Amino acid sequence: MGINRRSFLKMAGLASISGLGIKGFTKAFGSESETTKDKKQKLALVIDMRKCREEQGCRDCILACHKVHNVPEIENPKHEVKWIWKENFEHAFPSQNHKYVSDKVKSAPSIVLCNHCDNPPCVEVCPTQATFKRESDGIVMMDFHRCIGCRYCMVACPYGARSFNWEEAKPHIKEINPTFPVRAKGVVEKCNLCAERIAKNELPACVEACKEKAILFGDLNDPDSEIRHVLSTNDTIRRKPHLSTMPNVYYIM
Amino acid sequence: MYDSVKVITGIIIFLFLMTSPLWYNLATGKASYVPELKIDSTETQCVESTEFMRENHMELLNTWRNEVVRGGSRIYRASNGKEYEKSLTNTCMNCHKERTEFCSKCHDYAGVKKPRCWNCHNEPNLETSQEGLVYGN
Repeated sequence: MGINRRSFLKMAGLASISGLGIKGFTKAFGSESETTKDKKQKLALVIDMRKCREEQGCRDCILACHKVHNVPEIENPKHEVKWIWKENFEHAFPSQNHKYVSDKVKSAPSIVLCNHCDNPPCVEVCPTQATFKRESDGIVMMDFHRCIGCRYCMVACPYGARSFNWEEAKPHIKEINPTFPVRAKGVVEKCNLCAERIAKNELPACVEACKEKAILFGDLNDPDSEIRHVLSTNDTIRRKPHLSTMPNVYYIM
Repeated sequence: MYDSVKVITGIIIFLFLMTSPLWYNLATGKASYVPELKIDSTETQCVESTEFMRENHMELLNTWRNEVVRGGSRIYRASNGKEYEKSLTNTCMNCHKERTEFCSKCHDYAGVKKPRCWNCHNEPNLETSQEGLVYGN
């Protein structure tokens, strides 16, 4: 004898309740304990512009970064490639800008780079997933092998952190760092927060190069880290916070 | 058959012309040509056995590439327990120093599509690094 509708519905209801129950159980006791086990990092930078302004005209961080990453130096501003560069306050922080901004803040351009956002629009738009947010530490990375040069990410990034290789890079690099690749013509590139150096327990090149110790690197998920201490004891701002990209580069003005 | 002499001679000449490259290669000894690979190293073994590398180097390199770039895993544990950095320039090319003396030799011989690794990845000998690069698709 087949089952009637009444008992079928009873069984289906019981099955779905027990299914939900198992899911809730694993959520509460299983997977959560796993996530606390493998601690995810959230890497970030704090740029202390008070210290940076001390050395007017210094380009140490830019030179160091561009040297280790074989970033070509191209004169033509339409073709230039940059990972870290200087930007005037009103351009770097348009939402914080007003008529009466102090002369101190306006006196020197800010150091800007990829913000390694928590909510990166470049990752969202990339059709090939060449740009992705690394799960383990939050770095917004690029897989140059996959980049097809469509430049959607350049449109999406509100910080101008991405450059397209319009030209062959090699002729524009004075001294090639043999341990790091160059980029082919036709791909987009940007700061990788020195993922290759972090893997060897080294500091990012810009952090290491700064004589004034104006750039601080650390893990926001570690409550005892220096970066968390600095953030909790100083007033910091981020670039274009109203866009809710959640940047991970903080500024002390 | 009409004109059988002419037709058969014609067929023989045609067959000879068609197969002439084979005869030419046999005569000049090119048929037995095997590419000679130069490896400039004191190491006795690659990261895996020569047979494995011969068959699977492309897959190994592809896996390394994805694991390093996307997975952040940079150390390769070989089947003999040794550990290597997963890096074309910093590991492979420590021994296989000259692309033109190693990679290209077999790829040319077998008519395999040349990979575009060296458009971006550096070679130890930077002077020769622009030779025979494949740009575009």
